[in-house]
Amino acid sequence: MATVVLKRKELGFLDRTYLPAVFMGLWITSGHFFKNLFLHGLHSVGLFRNVRAGVTYQYPEEQRPLSKRTRTRHRLTRREDGSPRCVACMMCETVCPARCINIVAAEHPDPNIEKVPASFDLDLGMCVYCGYCVEVCPEDAIRMDTQILDIAAYSREQMKLNMTELLNPRSTHLYKRDIPDGKRD
Amino acid sequence: MITEFLIKALLAVLFLGAVLNLAGLLTWVERKQSAVMQDRIGANRAWITFKSVWLRPLNWILRPLNALGLFHSLADAIKMFVKEDFTPRGADKFLHTLAPALSVVFALMAFAAIPFGNTLEIGGRVINLQVTDVNAGVLFVFAMMSLGVYGVILAGFSSNNNYAYLGGMRAASQMLSYEITMGISIMGIILCYGTLSLQEIVRRQSHLWGFAVQPLAFFLFMTAALAETKRVPFDLPEGESEIIGYFVEYSGMKFGMFFLTDLVETVLVACLVTTFFFGGWQVPFPLGGLSHNAVAAVQILSFMLKVAFFNWLFMAIRWTLPRFRYDQLMHLGWKILFPASLVNVLVTSVIVVMRG
Ligand code: SF4
Ligand code: SF4
Repeated sequence: MATVVLKRKELGFLDRTYLPAVFMGLWITSGHFFKNLFLHGLHSVGLFRNVRAGVTYQYPEEQRPLSKRTRTRHRLTRREDGSPRCVACMMCETVCPARCINIVAAEHPDPNIEKVPASFDLDLGMCVYCGYCVEVCPEDAIRMDTQILDIAAYSREQMKLNMTELLNPRSTHLYKRDIPDGKRD
Repeated sequence: MITEFLIKALLAVLFLGAVLNLAGLLTWVERKQSAVMQDRIGANRAWITFKSVWLRPLNWILRPLNALGLFHSLADAIKMFVKEDFTPRGADKFLHTLAPALSVVFALMAFAAIPFGNTLEIGGRVINLQVTDVNAGVLFVFAMMSLGVYGVILAGFSSNNNYAYLGGMRAASQMLSYEITMGISIMGIILCYGTLSLQEIVRRQSHLWGFAVQPLAFFLFMTAALAETKRVPFDLPEGESEIIGYFVEYSGMKFGMFFLTDLVETVLVACLVTTFFFGGWQVPFPLGGLSHNAVAAVQILSFMLKVAFFNWLFMAIRWTLPRFRYDQLMHLGWKILFPASLVNVLVTSVIVVMRG
């Protein structure tokens, strides 16, 4: 038989009074309590702010450090002259599983460059953050590395980004970093 | 006569106010202490600020209080008051309303016999710092604590809900079993000090605190008393995770009163442990050269600090230990604590008789 019979350890008298375990537990939790309390005390007078007294990130005021490769809000990259790098090849629009990219192509004045988007709309309300658009782009023209995660709006319309907003991700109405009056410093 | 009455009324109001405030503060302590123990920050978003220019300076005072999350207790109270107060269909409306009131009233009544200081001398009048010096104070306190079961049973009984009924039954059996241990363990103290008056018990601890005289009784009493407060390790009557609790059918301020009862009982138990085993208002070092009233003030402070410490300890226990299974609870109560308390009484009696 492939069974193993485990012998349960019999509890001794002391264990059955629960006392040693209770004291050990209290020792650990009080240890945490006093350590953290001490740190909070130091923080309140401005010392050792870099030693954390809790694992909590106080979210809107303090953002958790994100990995560089986290897929965050999209942006369109630019050429040296500032114009969008995108050549309106429609690859991303085609691959997008959520069909949230909408590009209107136009001729580029420079004959070496094929096309340029006349408009580039991306509906964040529909996007599933799969990152396929970034993978598929032949020109490295779209990236998801802005580290902006908090996207909230009052209507579906406001979730739509146009080309200007995609080129300047931190200037849109969807990027709100103003912290409520009086909260933290 | 009328002055006597006024003084007692004032003492009662002051002490009751202190107890209720402490109980309210305990909701905050509970949140924050558990958070700090678990490496968290704890609730701190109940934020009060004034926008008007004239009231702006107040914001400076409010800021640290806000950051500490103190106003969550206030927010809690507001929530309790404005929530719908629901009585289930088929419930006994009268008893359903009476139950929370009963439980909180009896818990608060027990404080009447607890001495929080020695005596004050004002204008030749000696004021005993105790709401009422019942000469059988121990009995009074235990009577009140036993009556507290009433509210709980009524709550379960009148809700017309089987789960509440089960919770009520659990509460009744748990409290009855542990009450016995509590009563018997305190017998040791009564035997040693030879009095039933709490003030007298405290006075006789001036050299040696009860903890040193009756160490076993201290552990037994504390365990049993914690079980009386119906909080985690012993929260079977509430059973938050099983939704079997005597107050499943309560909402709004009626639930709030049960919640308050738990905290008031925590304070009560802290007061009792201090009174019986940690010298009540006794100060562990000599206070030479101070006037009588100054000494009394220090003693009140000492009492408060001890009570605060025990509240801290009970909170720490509540947030450290997982809860018992029901059979373990009964096992602990009847097979370990009860015999141990009997042995304690036996040994104490023998020693007391032998010493004459
Ligand atoms: S991340 Fe995925 S869903 Fe979003 S735009 Fe790119 S391809 Fe579409
Ligand atoms: S795949 Fe790249 S280059 Fe092509 S349309 Fe999309 S963003 Fe522009």
